[in-house]
Amino acid sequence: MKDPVVLDFPVEGEDFLAAGEASSSVKDTLKMLGVPSSICRRAAIITYEAEMNLVIHAGGGMLRARIDEEKVVLVTEDQGPGIADIDQAMREGYSTASDQVREMGFGAGMGLPNIKRNADRLDIESTVGQGTILTASIYFVGEPQPSA
Amino acid sequence: MKVQEIGAILEGEFLCGGEWAENMDVDFGYAADLMSDVLAFARAGSMLITGLTNIQIVRTAQMMDIPAVVFVRGKRPQEDTVRLAAQSRIPLLVTMKSMYETSGVLFAAGLPACIIPHREAGGEEH
Repeated sequence: MKDPVVLDFPVEGEDFLAAGEASSSVKDTLKMLGVPSSICRRAAIITYEAEMNLVIHAGGGMLRARIDEEKVVLVTEDQGPGIADIDQAMREGYSTASDQVREMGFGAGMGLPNIKRNADRLDIESTVGQGTILTASIYFVGEPQPSA
Repeated sequence: MKVQEIGAILEGEFLCGGEWAENMDVDFGYAADLMSDVLAFARAGSMLITGLTNIQIVRTAQMMDIPAVVFVRGKRPQEDTVRLAAQSRIPLLVTMKSMYETSGVLFAAGLPACIIPHREAGGEEH
């Protein structure tokens, strides 16, 4: 792989039927590129959790995956309500999801902690009223694995 | 354990993928009605046991390398769920047994659990 592979997906808000399609494509591409299955799975968990956040909380947004020889970088960007207190949002069990979302089995306040657990690096920039940019990286070699 | 064997133990009905179940193995079982938990704790190669039937169950299975799903309490998913599972080659099974009984008989038959790592409040693992 010489040039990085970049995948961009628009994600619709509240579209629970299509939710997960982008993550599924990212996972298929990683597999096709010969990325080890444990890394494909961690990347899939991160993209899916982040994609569900776009669908559930943000009114949609963009999901991007950039894959080079060393790493995969997963980015979601939205113009949603933003996260007022990121530390609070990172705590397991904290969620602002609706009852409808909870009935589908989501919104248990596990998403961001799960993203953190599966990423080697995670950055979240958020401004209330303007939106959120989440950047998660997984290194193929050389970086410490997340604690397991 | 073969997925076909699980179908027989649970007296279940395959909604799709019955033809692949003979050659498909699962190594663990994980039961939940909370997809957030599945995404956090199910291991690759687990049979997912759930009472939820929406399409996100199949998406979750795809992401987590979950080879097959069993719906408990006789719950049947909608057509789009079955269609996506068939496309993704994920067998779907429905059983009349409860989640407790389903888990119990599969555990007794030798299907191991996914061990959840010890975590402090706040989610930090050790």
